[in-house]
Amino acid sequence: MIRLPDRIVLSFGVAGALGLVVSLALAQEPPPQERRSGFEFMSRESQALQQDDTSNPGMLWVAEGETLWNAKAGQSGRSCADCHGDAAVSMKGVAARYPVYFEEQKRPIDLQGRINMCRAVKQQATPFPYESRELLALAAFIGKQSRGMPITTGDDQRLQPFYAQGKELYERRMGQLNFSCANCHDDNWGRRLASSVIPQAHPTGYPLYRLEWQDMGSLQRRFRNCMVGVRAEPYPFGAPEYVNLELFLMTRARGMPLETPAIRP
Amino acid sequence: MARALINVPPKAKRGEIIEIKALISHPMETGYRTGPDGALVPRDIINRFLCTYNGEEIFSADLFPAVAANPFFSFTTVATESGRLAFRWVDDKGQAHLETAEIIVE
Repeated sequence: MIRLPDRIVLSFGVAGALGLVVSLALAQEPPPQERRSGFEFMSRESQALQQDDTSNPGMLWVAEGETLWNAKAGQSGRSCADCHGDAAVSMKGVAARYPVYFEEQKRPIDLQGRINMCRAVKQQATPFPYESRELLALAAFIGKQSRGMPITTGDDQRLQPFYAQGKELYERRMGQLNFSCANCHDDNWGRRLASSVIPQAHPTGYPLYRLEWQDMGSLQRRFRNCMVGVRAEPYPFGAPEYVNLELFLMTRARGMPLETPAIRP
Repeated sequence: MARALINVPPKAKRGEIIEIKALISHPMETGYRTGPDGALVPRDIINRFLCTYNGEEIFSADLFPAVAANPFFSFTTVATESGRLAFRWVDDKGQAHLETAEIIVE
């Protein structure tokens, strides 16, 4: 596969603009019985890659995450395992309920943010930069402990205003192409942007290994990718807007099984 | 150098065809990309992969810059006797990564 910078999606944007002007349908999310994971839109070969742990490259990050889980870090000299013990027990179901509301911060925090919070406060270590190998590895390792479990995000009533903001962002038109997320993922899922099938935007497998990236990436990287695609200015990594959008999408995907580490084309 | 995942069936019948899988993490930098400063990023790829079964070569490959990051190999061999499969990846820096797996043939 040829390496392409993220910006190559610009060319998809033009094709998308031509394809989408014919669609006059109003934004309406798919009813629960029609919800489909991005997995179902992939080729059989890509599905096989995800389903076999010895061929899934995401497992390389999971293995690295396990090492980091047990490695002592920071001034505290403690590892994740020193407090949390066996991740297979303590982290089971955790990734399936994030983002979670935190009283101290008065806002929801995503799993990556939570990992860095633990690192800064409990381990007294430098937080990992966004999209760093370490942060993706730990998030993938923790995510894998919930693989196959249904997503349960959004139970907390205090999340309501942030969910509403995420929904508003999802439906807001932006960028030079003036598209909202919903214009593609609600109105035109199953159709194509150039050669790529448009999925329904259920973030069921993050962090995931994207064949186009030839790398592991977070949901925030995916958001930025889409925003650059519609020629909007992306928010910086870690922006609360991304967490609100993730909260909205994860709540919308409630009940769907978590697939971390997933493969996507 | 890297982290690798290998999959060899732990047990096999004599004469059985077994599938072997080997996945390694490596950036496979092509040498054709430019960095933020506009200068070429130096090539760094795994250029050789070799698998031996009790010392005898059963599979090898030369790799080139068009191969994607984190190369994955899947191949078959005939289970002849119990012993050790050894895997060796060598990159442009001359670093080698070794993995081994035991197999019991009955």
